[in-house]
Formats: sequence, structure tokens, C-alpha cells
Amino acid sequence: MAIEAMVNGKPVSFAVEPDTPLLWAIREELGMTGTKFGCGIAACGACSVHINGEVTRSCSVPVSDVAGKSITTIEGLAAADGTLTALQQAWIAHQVPQCGYCQSGQIMAAAALLAKTPKPTDADIDAAMTNICRCGTYPRIRAAIHDVAGIAATTPANPA
Amino acid sequence: MGMIRRTFLIGGAALVGGGIFAVQYGDSSAKSQAAKLTDGKGGHNFGTWLRIGEDDTVTIYSPHTDIGQGSNTGLAQMLAEELDADWSKLSVVSAPAESAFANVVLGKGFLSEMSGYPGIIGAMPMSLLGMVARQLNLQITGGSSALRFTGQQGLRVLGAGTRQALIETAAGRMGVPTGELATSDGKVIHAKSGKSLRYGELAAEAATRSLSTKVALKDPKDFKHMGKSIPRFDIPAKVNGTAQYGMDVVKPGMRVATVIAAPVRGGKLESVDPKPALAIAGVEKVINLESAVVVVAKGYWQALKGARALAPKFTDGGHGLITTATIFAEQDKLRAEGKPDKTVGEGDVDAALKADGVKLLDADYKMPFLHHAMMEPFALTAHYKDGHLDLWGGMQDPLGAKAAAATAAGLSADKVTFHPMLIGGSFGRRLPMYMEIVDQVARVAMQVPFPVKLIWSREEEVSQGAYRPQSSAKLTAALGPDGKITAWRNDFAQPEDGLREVPFFYDVPAVARRHFKQVSNQTVGAWRSVNATQHGFTTESFMDELAHLAGADPVEFRLKHLKPGRHRTVLEQVAKRSGWGSPLEPGHARGVAVVECFNTIVGQVIEASLAEDGTPKVHKAWAVVDCGTVVNPTAAEGQILGGLVMGLSSGIGEAITLDKGAVQQSNFSDYEVLKLANAPTVDVHFISSGAEMGGIGEPGLPPATPALANALFALTGKRVRALPIRDQAKA
Repeated sequence: MAIEAMVNGKPVSFAVEPDTPLLWAIREELGMTGTKFGCGIAACGACSVHINGEVTRSCSVPVSDVAGKSITTIEGLAAADGTLTALQQAWIAHQVPQCGYCQSGQIMAAAALLAKTPKPTDADIDAAMTNICRCGTYPRIRAAIHDVAGIAATTPANPA
Repeated sequence: MGMIRRTFLIGGAALVGGGIFAVQYGDSSAKSQAAKLTDGKGGHNFGTWLRIGEDDTVTIYSPHTDIGQGSNTGLAQMLAEELDADWSKLSVVSAPAESAFANVVLGKGFLSEMSGYPGIIGAMPMSLLGMVARQLNLQITGGSSALRFTGQQGLRVLGAGTRQALIETAAGRMGVPTGELATSDGKVIHAKSGKSLRYGELAAEAATRSLSTKVALKDPKDFKHMGKSIPRFDIPAKVNGTAQYGMDVVKPGMRVATVIAAPVRGGKLESVDPKPALAIAGVEKVINLESAVVVVAKGYWQALKGARALAPKFTDGGHGLITTATIFAEQDKLRAEGKPDKTVGEGDVDAALKADGVKLLDADYKMPFLHHAMMEPFALTAHYKDGHLDLWGGMQDPLGAKAAAATAAGLSADKVTFHPMLIGGSFGRRLPMYMEIVDQVARVAMQVPFPVKLIWSREEEVSQGAYRPQSSAKLTAALGPDGKITAWRNDFAQPEDGLREVPFFYDVPAVARRHFKQVSNQTVGAWRSVNATQHGFTTESFMDELAHLAGADPVEFRLKHLKPGRHRTVLEQVAKRSGWGSPLEPGHARGVAVVECFNTIVGQVIEASLAEDGTPKVHKAWAVVDCGTVVNPTAAEGQILGGLVMGLSSGIGEAITLDKGAVQQSNFSDYEVLKLANAPTVDVHFISSGAEMGGIGEPGLPPATPALANALFALTGKRVRALPIRDQAKA
């Protein structure tokens, strides 16, 4: 039986076995590849998405758990016209990504942090940003988050 | 062939030469093949790596894989600099994985480093080097080589030579002497008449000229593109989810597969009952390979469930008794037998160690296998159709991957096309000589009528790595009455020596670095900075031990053994910037280390404390870097930051261990990689020494572990002689 949910504001229907991890349903059923597979055991965070606003590691959530819920992926962060959020723009300004593979998850984790804690301290960032980046971009991730603290970082920026 | 290509990667030392080099101009067959592949309509090829369109677009065919180090942007800056290109019309694409695009300049760079006779290699005609590069399918990204070889000796020369051809063409058209012409932003300009011609208008005719290699490169004071922090091309697509990696490839009708390989390296598949996998919905096929079993399904989850349902029987290849401890014991035995495979050094170390009035010190160091732990597990897609095999994925050497796939599939190379994708981290892992997935997917593709994407689970990825080798060293030294080292001996055991690549630069009259070659059943590979982590850790830890024995400050002690020059300047600067010697918060201490790697010298100071559970906490780090010339400061700083973090990560918590011949770790749960909370703030400073350009992707890593270990000694008086540090804290 298909599982109905909302992804990036649009209704979707997952016609997969209910134990399929949300990650693979998003990637292989919806064809949205911005959410990445890293470890499969919720240890690295490359697959982070928001489920009803909570940052969640989608590799370890069966798709049956998200029936009726609202999911946001990296593709859903920018405005419909592609305008990036201030958070994503800060990521570019600080030249954060190197290989970039973990950065969808890093940005989703940071967006969830800022939604709840608009002006995070270093300790807040330490506690919230537990995704692995093997390229070692952590110092720039921290700087980019501080940069957008206090502004509406996760809603699409309005170019002046 | 495999051995030769390995040697390229671990080759080291300085390259003699620089300045004017012939690029791959001479080989007419390569040139015509390249032109066929790139010219298309309205464009013209120069030296295989450059296309100028009649619409003024400039395209660079980069023979490197941008693994995230920003090398494509850096290479573009270098070419644009000499060509005086219009930056807004410039783009970089991956060079086709075809032999015409084999990296001749890289071949020359590596051959020079490995040969020991750079003068002879330097005098070899480029056409001959081209043949060598093409023979070796050389299109590698490694050895921190992109900018220092391909950029400095390839694209800059190509840019300057092409600019000259454009000027000569314009001079003919305008009927003016070349000396009256200048170039700027994609135009040749005649100031006297106010006339100008666009590169696009000149390209067709200029491409028929033979390119001169006797061109002068720009003086750094005239740089417009080099030395600037130009935003990297690849970053925007990496913040909105659109960047496409090997993992993201989708083809019509594609199936997804996963693999379980023999847990003991060298083992073979004995038998497997496919039925439990085939009983799982979505699983279509179970394919037996020589030392692995592959499950093909509609999607990854189904393939994984199928693979987990199997109980394959593998042999252990006779390696079932190997453990971490037996490897160290074998290394100790080789050392005790005292017959080194290679010795580098000078002076009579034995005599100096026996001299009257010296203080002797020795210490044993142990370093574990390390895993690359790139964030994107291996994923390679292959499709065999109508006699042709296509592959899509991220590799550090697309041309080598193509050759490996052709061999596995039993096809000739012209029946294989490799399509490079973005790479989600590599650090030395994605090289075809030890990238079994190429062989696996090629064999699977030959047995199925549809495209198949083979994905390695993280468990497969961790336990089937190409690790930095497990390594050990016994260091012995004598200290004279004046507190200076009179003899230094390093007896180290591991597969490769890395001696040329990691020079010993301290001023010591008698030095013997002796390599005892020891190999195990494990696959070992180039791990970011290759042998510089092992040599850096042992040398810089032991220097610290000797400073302590001499009752000297660790910076002062090192300075006593450094003549004026780049190493000394780096150390002085990092000491100064870090406030070395100034008061610290209670419970904090500093450590220092200096390591040379791929002709770049990096000094680091680490300020650390200990958490209550005994694990180290790094608060701040300082890095001073002399890589000769910095092409893109922001991108280069990112590499130093990243290298430092990876160095701390490996030193603090990473180890691959063996039991019964098999790797004991399986995922990030038991292979612990440093997270943001433990990453320090870092002060990075570059010295523009103008020395021959060094690498930037790797040299930031090696000093981090010894600098931290030295800080912990300053804090606790307990010396770190075995890695990772975490295990000592727990002990």
C-alpha cells in the first residue's frame, strides 16, 4: 500500500515496502538525490532531512513512519525561483564545501538549529552540529552559522 | 604496471626545473584525437587541454579530478593568467578519459620525483614523456600535484603559448609588428590604432600555428587572477542539492546492486546459496565473483536486504592468523634482524652513538592502519550494450579506471567509455589499482542486460579499505654535551619507505633512516599525505623527546638544528603567531611540529587540554605554510584547515585493527571520526617564499598529530608513543 506524505510542500505517494528507509524512498522513488547516503546507521548525518520541522537522519527512519508527515529536503530549502536562503548564501560566502557530499546534511542540521535557536552560541553549535565532514570544513561551518545568527536564515533571502 | 603507478603516488622530494617547459604540443596524433573530441562546431583546440570558441568562450579540459580541493578553479586561474582570458567566458570541464588527455606534465613531474635524476628527465622530449603517460594511463589526481605540476608547468605554459599564437595571428591580420600588441580580457589590442581583435575571431587561424614553448611566464607582480581568492566554481551546486556524484547516477532501466567481499583480504568465495536473497522482494540476481558475491535488485534497500540474507563461505587465503599484534611482531623481528631494505642518510651513525660523553635516547612508536572514510561510499554505474561498456562514477584517475574496467570486462580500451562524476571525498582511496569496485561492476555489467549501479555499504567501505599502512619505528639518537643531536637513527617498518617524499631536514651530522619492508594481506594505499603522517609523527615526537632530554624549549631546540632557510622561517613564524612561551589558561598546554610534504613546509602549534575522561580537547591551532606561491588563498586555507582537522581526527581516535586476518571495524560507530565540537579554531598563515610551488591538498595534515601529542606531553609528562591517542587515554 502506498504511503502518503508531503515532501517540500507537495503531496507524494511512496509505493515501496514499508520498511524501506525514507532516504532510499526519497532518492530512488522520488528521484531527489540531494539527500545523501553516508553510513546507513544514523551516525554521519549526510541523509539529514526535516520531518515536521525536526532534523532527522532519514537512513534510519522507515518510510511507514512518515505517513501523513511533512518532509523538507535540501531541494526544498531555497525559494521556488531558486533564491537561496541566507544560510545557503553564507555557505557560499564562507566557501564551506570541499567535496560537498555531506553539506546537504550539514545545511539541514544548521537550518533546524537556527529555526529553534536563532542566535546560537558556540556550545549550541557544538551540540547541534554532529554530522561528520571528512574534509574537515567544521571551522567554516561554525563561522557561516554565526554569520546568519539573528537573521531569518532559513527562509529564502529577499535580494534587496 | 600497478607497482610503477604506485611509485608515482608515493614519489617525493623536490623537482628541479620550473619555468619554461614544453607541454603536450608535439604529439600530432594526440592533438588530432583531442581536437576530434573537443572542437565541435565553432571551436578550436590548443595543446589538447584548451578550446577557444569563435564565440569567445574558453574551455579548459582539466586532467584532474576536483575532489573538493578547488583545483579546477585554481587551474583556471593559472591558465587565465597567462592567456589573459576573459574570466566571465571561461569554464572548466573534466578532460575526457581518453589517452589524448593523459597528463604528460604530471608524468614528467612524478618521473622527476621518483627517478633521482631530474636533470635527465628534464631533458627528455615531451613527446617521449607523453608516450610514457599514455602508456601508464596517467590521469591521476594525487601527490598534491594539480597546481604545482599540471598548473605551473602545464596550463601556464599552454596559456602563454596560446596567447603568443593569438598575438602573432593578430599581427598578421592588422599588419603591425607583434611588439605593438598587448592582450587583455580575451582581446588582442593595438593601442596605437585603437583597434582590437577578439580571441574568438583569431582562434581558427591561431590553432593552425605550432605553439611555442619558449614563452616567458608572468611576473607575480603582474598577476590578475593568480593569488586571488576567486570563489570556487563547484560550490553553488553543493549548497542546493543539485551537485551530481557517482552515487546519484540514474539511467533508464537501471538496477542497483551491493556486494559482500571476503572479510579476510586475499580470501576467495567458496560457496553461497543464493535462495535467501532471491526470496526477498525486488532481488533479481545473485552473481558470484572470485572473492565476492553481488546482489542485484530494483533498489539499494532490497539489494542490501538480499545481501544480508546470504551466508557466503569465503576462504581466508591462508591469512587467518594475522592480527594487529602479529604485524607489529613481524616488524619488530625485521628490525631485530637488522637488514634494512633501504638506508638513506649521511655520516657514521654507529660511531656517533658510541662516542664518549653523549646522552642516548631511544623510543618505539606504533601507528595503526588508517581508513580514508570518504563520505561518499563507492558507487559506480556500468552498462554493457552493443559491444560497448559505459561507466559513470567518481575516480581520482578516470583513464586508469577505464583501463581497469576494460581488463575486467575483457574488452579493448576503445570499447570502454568512462564518464567522470563529482567525487564525495577520496583522500587517496579512489585510485583504480586498489579500487575493487571497478573490477566488480565491470564483471557484473557483462552479465546483465541493463545498467547497474553498484553501491558499497559503509560496512563494506570500512572493512575493505586501502589503508594507510600499520607502521612502527624505533628512533635512536645521541645528544652531545652542547645539547645538539650528534646521531639520529630511524628504523621503521611498513610496506613503502617514503624517504624521498618526506625529507629529514634537521641539521644533524650523522643520520640513518632505515626502511624494513613489511607487508601483510591488507591492501594499503595512498592516504592523504601518504608517508608524511608516519614520518612526521615519529620525527617530530622524537625531536620533542630530545628537547626534553636536553632540558630545552621544543621550539628553541628545533631552531638549534635548523640553518637559515624555509623550515626555520616557518617554525619562527608559527611560534610567533601562536604566542609560543606566553602564559596559558590553567590546564592548557602547547605543542609544536614542522613537517615537509610534497615540497610544502607546514609548522603547526596546537593548544590542548584534557577532558575529564582523559581524552584530549583541542582549543586552538596555528598553521604557517610555505608552499612557494599561493594560487587561491581561500581555497588553500580550506585545504590546510581540512588537513589539520583530519590529522587531529586520525591521531586522536582512528584505527583499523585486525583479528583472524579480518578488519574489526565496520562503520562510523567503531571508526571514530572527529566532529565539529572537537575541531579547533585555526589561524592559517601563508609565507610567499617564491620557492618552487609545493602541494596544498595534503601537507596541512602531518604536523597535527605530533603537535597535539607534544602538547599532551607538556601537559601530563606522559609521552604518546602509540596511536591513536584515545586508546592511551583509556588504558
